[in-house]
Amino acid sequence: MKVRVYVTLKKGVLDPQGKAIHHALEGLGFAGVNDVRAGKLIELDVDDGTRDADVEEMCRKLLANTVIENYRIERTETVTGGVGA
Amino acid sequence: MKSAVIVFPGSNCDRDLAEALLLVSGRAPQMVWHRETELPAGLDLIAIPGGFSYGDYLRSGAMAAQSPVMRAVAAAAARGSFVLGICNGFQVLTETHLLPGALMRNSGIRFVGRDVTIRVENSQSAFTSGYEAGEEIVVPVAHHDGNFQADAETLDRLEGEGRVAFRYAGEVNGSARGIAGILNEAGNVLGMMPHPERAVEAAHGLTGGRPLFEGLLEAVGQPA
Repeated sequence: MKVRVYVTLKKGVLDPQGKAIHHALEGLGFAGVNDVRAGKLIELDVDDGTRDADVEEMCRKLLANTVIENYRIERTETVTGGVGA
Repeated sequence: MKSAVIVFPGSNCDRDLAEALLLVSGRAPQMVWHRETELPAGLDLIAIPGGFSYGDYLRSGAMAAQSPVMRAVAAAAARGSFVLGICNGFQVLTETHLLPGALMRNSGIRFVGRDVTIRVENSQSAFTSGYEAGEEIVVPVAHHDGNFQADAETLDRLEGEGRVAFRYAGEVNGSARGIAGILNEAGNVLGMMPHPERAVEAAHGLTGGRPLFEGLLEAVGQPA
């Protein structure tokens, strides 16, 4: 089973990288971008029986620094065959 | 003073720190590899050096915080040993939750490597007793993630309890309230972004870091 963990900066925490990306987009002439926030996507391949609580604990103990970051867990079914690498 | 320097893969200020401790205390620290599960007995000071432990993967200090030796460091800190984290060492201490807050990417995005003036805010701690309160010293900084952040309540508490040890005299990295170094509640753990170990002898061009180590010597009962 695949689990995706999205780690993002908490609201109100200054995001220097997001600001730099925003600035660069404006430099490229893209108008109408109001704000940019950068985060991380961490993909885990875990045993099918892995409990939600275990993934939560992984997030709290390591994957996110909850002083400054939020995390969101998204479960996806194991893809059998089909497209993709 | 019996001291140890913790070495992680990617540490790069461990030898500078060892040299500074040898110079000031007359005794070479023991170098302790991150895989160790126990520290040498009877340490007065555990020093966590600067560098890029584990390549700064995930977040600066996040991997090092999970290494076996940090459990022993946390236990020693709880028993009252002095723990000094410099630069990456400060990041490791926040990730270990021995100190509050987090060190984020510098607000100006760029790596900052230059001499900066910092002000001694609290001269009552073992780490800062070699200074006068309000004294300004010049020490180098060299970091990409030195932007100290915590929620307003934590910042108020740090200030109210005299746990801000050092503050930048000017803007350096966007740190909340200009904080350059903080103490834990018991006062035996200090984390700071500037590098006092790079400012301990005339050949360094700066000596503003030396009183920090001399103060520690006094605190453990061995006048410099």
